[in-house]
Amino acid sequence: MTQMQEPQPTSFLRSWAIQRRVIGALLMREVITRYGRKNIGFLWLFVEPMVFTIGITLIWTATRGAHGSDLPIAAFALTGYSSVLVWRNMPSRLVNSIEPNLSLMYHRNVKILDIFAARLLLEGTGVGISFFVLTLFFAGIGWLGLPEDPIKVVFGWIMLAWFGSALGMFIGALSHRSALVDKFWSPLAYLLFPLSGAAFLLETLPPEFREWIMLLPMIHGVEYVRDGFFGSHFTPYYDMQYMAICNLVLTLFAFSEIRRASRNLVPA
Amino acid sequence: MIQLQNVGKAYETRRGPRWVFRNVNLTIGRGEKIGILGRNGAGKSTLIRMISGIEQLNEGRIVSDMSISWPLAFSGAFQQSLTGVDNVRFICRVYNKNVDDVIALVDDFAELGSYMHEPIKSYSAGMRARLGFGISLAVDFDCFLIDEIVAVGDARFQQKCHEELFVKRQDRAMIIVSHSDGYIREHCDWAGVLAQQTLTTFPDMDEAYAFYKAHERE
Repeated sequence: MTQMQEPQPTSFLRSWAIQRRVIGALLMREVITRYGRKNIGFLWLFVEPMVFTIGITLIWTATRGAHGSDLPIAAFALTGYSSVLVWRNMPSRLVNSIEPNLSLMYHRNVKILDIFAARLLLEGTGVGISFFVLTLFFAGIGWLGLPEDPIKVVFGWIMLAWFGSALGMFIGALSHRSALVDKFWSPLAYLLFPLSGAAFLLETLPPEFREWIMLLPMIHGVEYVRDGFFGSHFTPYYDMQYMAICNLVLTLFAFSEIRRASRNLVPA
Repeated sequence: MIQLQNVGKAYETRRGPRWVFRNVNLTIGRGEKIGILGRNGAGKSTLIRMISGIEQLNEGRIVSDMSISWPLAFSGAFQQSLTGVDNVRFICRVYNKNVDDVIALVDDFAELGSYMHEPIKSYSAGMRARLGFGISLAVDFDCFLIDEIVAVGDARFQQKCHEELFVKRQDRAMIIVSHSDGYIREHCDWAGVLAQQTLTTFPDMDEAYAFYKAHERE
């Protein structure tokens, strides 16, 4: 079942160059189809998540009574909602993303993985820039202090992005097999939001309940990001090794599902 | 040279895998022009999609040392909501070509004028065919895969295609798929017929046509 169709034997560097080119082309196309060239165009990429995050931050700040008094509420809201955006938006962008791109796969070098990669890069960049800019902005106006340990924040966020990408690729490929995936993902994402740790700290939960909820991989990422941001204000709970294993398993599932989808793919 | 060795393709259906064809063997040399005849659903399009590398094989292998075009067909290859120019840009990035050069060539060949700046979905079938052809000629391949499409154009487009493909690019290989033998008879060196779930090749066009006729009603 081999196909060798490049004019010269394909070295790793050569295929890397092709893949970079293809993903670049897909990125440009995605930006044009999604944001167009009207008004602020591709700036929506990070303005949109910023608007959401600002809204959530304002609401949570106004209702701060519900949370511990010592907590930097703006930092709590910003880290919480930015985390949700990563693990929720990445999969949402990949559900049903194969079908509308089938015509592009008429070009041999454009594969499902490239389409996924372009969308994930775009989504990750948008949410990442939003998180970064808002951190500086809120710090500038005195709503929060800069992260106590920026490296920790970045690492935690990368782990969340990995989780989002792996989950996204898995259900993105699965949605090509069954239309039910699309129907289930929206409610599931909605239900997971309150459980994902965005709106609470694990230390505030009863220990029996905390044990159960820590089965959710993303909660470890959120707690880790918050530990880096304002760790001196609370007791974080996380097991990054557990999260890494979950991510890895999910990534393997994703690749096997993509392989399956590629085998049965009919570009049209 | 492109070589198909015992190639087979099956599609998943509700009642298990269904073989479209098996044991397909075919060798196409540089500059060779071959036709593939077959009735609707015989697997003509599937076969050239596999040669172009956009669909996977279920068995056998395809070996090639030539660059092969995407299947020039009625559908595919373009993003409908994007303009002609944006599609050209995308394809240039994918195939590593200079955008301005290609746009100039495509403009000249396809004669779409201001339609180049309109979304593809507003194009007629003929316009889409012209654009697809124009881009593939500009990108340039050792082997062109042509799926029925030449038939949609008017006389002027057909004349241009003839000039570009069979006069200026005599040295390129070509695989033309059709259910009517006229075009293939006129342009191909030899032909294969897809019937009975496999490909039978004939060095002589008349023999191929006779075989095709005999199996047309299956």
